[in-house]
Amino acid sequence: MGIMVEPKGSLTSTEVLNNYKIEEINTDLLIVGGGMVGCGAAFEVKKWAPKDMKITMVEKAAIERSGAVAMGLSAINTYLGEENTPEDYVKHVANDLMGIVREDLIYDVGRHVDSSVKLFEKFGLPIFKEDEEDTRTIAEGAKPMRAGRWQIMIHGESYKVLVAEAARKALGEENIYERVFIIELLMDEGKENRVAGAIGFSLREAKIYIFKAKAVIMACGGTVNVFRPRSQAEGMGRTWYAVWNAGSTYAMAYNAGAEMTTMENRFVPNRFKDGYGPVGAWFTLFKSRVINAHGEDYMQKWGEMLKDYPPYGLAKIPATCLWNHVMLKDWMEGNGPFYMNTSGAMKKLFETLPEKRKKSLEADAWEDFLDMTVAQAGLWAAMDIDPQETNSEVMPTEPYFLGSHSGACGIWVSGPSDIAPKEWQWGYNRMTSVNGLFTGGDGVGASGHKFSSGSYTEGRIAAKSAVRFILDDPGFTPTVHTDNQTLAERIYAPMIHFEKNKGYSTEEGVNPHYIRPRMYLFRLNKLMDEYVAGTSTFYRTSEANLLRGLDLLNRLKADAPKLAAATLHELMRAWENYHRSIVGELHLRHVLFRQETRYPGFYYRMDYPHLDEQNWKVFVNSKLNKATGEPDLFKRDYIELVPKN
Amino acid sequence: MPSFVIAEKCDGCKGRDKTACQYICPNDLMVLNKDIMKAYNHEPDQCWECYSCVKICPQSAIEVRAYQDFAPMGSSVIPLRGSDSIMWTVKFRNGKIKRFKFPIRTTPEGGIDPYQGLPDMNQENLKNELLCDEIGSTLLAPKK
Repeated sequence: MGIMVEPKGSLTSTEVLNNYKIEEINTDLLIVGGGMVGCGAAFEVKKWAPKDMKITMVEKAAIERSGAVAMGLSAINTYLGEENTPEDYVKHVANDLMGIVREDLIYDVGRHVDSSVKLFEKFGLPIFKEDEEDTRTIAEGAKPMRAGRWQIMIHGESYKVLVAEAARKALGEENIYERVFIIELLMDEGKENRVAGAIGFSLREAKIYIFKAKAVIMACGGTVNVFRPRSQAEGMGRTWYAVWNAGSTYAMAYNAGAEMTTMENRFVPNRFKDGYGPVGAWFTLFKSRVINAHGEDYMQKWGEMLKDYPPYGLAKIPATCLWNHVMLKDWMEGNGPFYMNTSGAMKKLFETLPEKRKKSLEADAWEDFLDMTVAQAGLWAAMDIDPQETNSEVMPTEPYFLGSHSGACGIWVSGPSDIAPKEWQWGYNRMTSVNGLFTGGDGVGASGHKFSSGSYTEGRIAAKSAVRFILDDPGFTPTVHTDNQTLAERIYAPMIHFEKNKGYSTEEGVNPHYIRPRMYLFRLNKLMDEYVAGTSTFYRTSEANLLRGLDLLNRLKADAPKLAAATLHELMRAWENYHRSIVGELHLRHVLFRQETRYPGFYYRMDYPHLDEQNWKVFVNSKLNKATGEPDLFKRDYIELVPKN
Repeated sequence: MPSFVIAEKCDGCKGRDKTACQYICPNDLMVLNKDIMKAYNHEPDQCWECYSCVKICPQSAIEVRAYQDFAPMGSSVIPLRGSDSIMWTVKFRNGKIKRFKFPIRTTPEGGIDPYQGLPDMNQENLKNELLCDEIGSTLLAPKK
């Protein structure tokens, strides 16, 4: 399987270690990650940076197809339009995330996001219009077709290709380093708590990169495959969120000393089973419902349960975790499996639709998958599913970590100067608690629901503010005393370890002196699943389980120095999976600290099964204690900026 | 559903400056076997089935076959991506075929001028919270 196949195309440890080069790049602003945040930052930054300010982007893949939007999208999920205000948006997000959110950051996304959507259309993104004949752009006054209150429909197969093209033009080819994986941030050795750059390696040649920078925008997405996935063989790659999102954003920022927030939060999307195709359009556009094995609507059947979670369960659209909560109850009662009632919804729609629209409705349904989850179209084809005839199974997935969708984990950042309360701003919008380190999208915690457009927008906000940060401190030059050779040996450590021990056994996969990244991942997956509320326990845990899990996790991390990599590709997996284990640790510690069940349906603390607004309507934040190597956890007050009604 | 390379069709992008699938795969899965000058997916269980390699292959040599740990055999989904639209052919296990065509962009490839119509920024505006295409508009603040 996988790594066991000799990877002829990826340089081996012998080839790399015998003959590698070190390239040092001095820049002003380093953008780590070329996804939606990175591309937004690249676009915005060049309008504000003086001509002589050097901007550099580094990305582990090719920016045309990198990040969570690589495959494409069938909708833009955050567009306010004339019909919504940023206040409405804050109320919606706050309710969906069970009340504990940074309203300043959400408001900020809400007031800027539409400009970004108009830019996408200018770049060439085809957006559905309410009136099919309307050839104007949104900027010119056309009304986009809504798939829901916040969503608009797009032909988004090339969404990422378009924003990448704009980013490439903005920065210039020579300033973009692709197929370079960043493993760690560099901290300044002259100034306390100040970022000085980042280090990484090429996936294509024997070369390490040392970027020295005055400011860094860290934007490598969320985290996938910390928990054991429901599919265990080939299907392991068919995660709901992009499988290449390895938690590098959180792990690198945390290790650099950045304050983290809401890491106890997770997202457990309820999706078409196994293929993980989107369900949103089926709910909002096709007006479909999910029914249990007996054809009952579980939300109607158990709707009373929502009253246990005021005000979040009483809103017109209850919080996402509560939908899972009610469905899991019905499942426990023996009423699964569950199905999206596609046939019922289409029959009902067809009763009123004109003939022409019927045909396009079918195409819309397929495009929803083909634009963003081709695998789901493939699964329908493999199962001979015609949605008009056959309903499709839905089920909550394994947990994910992200800050841009219906999730809110991430880094604690400074808010916008004009609206953030003084507790939430330290000078530069979207700067973390580490001076010069900025983030956006999945990186920014406690402010979900920005999706692709909001993440791009946040990249733009971070970029503008990073330029100001750099200009405000003109005398600063990064100081790094650690010599490049030492840094290189740190980066290549898993290869060095492999080279030293590989001859001991006759089979490279089984050797008592090292652990391959794949096994490290499986060990993490197993303990997270069994003790930290994964799918096998139906998302339940307790203090005793968490402490047992922590013991196992600490032993796993203690084995991390024995990670071994035979090729450059495997070296990336070694560092990615190490990053995943840091995210797992943060999540576990936060879940342990928060003594309540804030997100029922996403996870349950069985020893504290209720929502506790009195004691726990607060942020749980954490920070690396450099003396102990462990996180210190603490509460921070929630502040309401937009009154809820 | 992991991608796979049809041996007969792959020419290793011999005549090109880079191996297209290796260049584009977001998860670094596609590699070229230089001994036989053909590409392959070296870690199929980390394939998201994003189809980036399938869409970019100049020989149409890459397809995807369903993840065998949950999908029955016999179906296929094959794209043909042009400069402004994409055609999909969905073949069901029972032999039924559906075809779809969707637009993908309204501008010519490589034709984006990111800053078209945007003036140079006045450095005074660096201090406020407006983005580069919002200068002159009112910055909203939460109503108390």
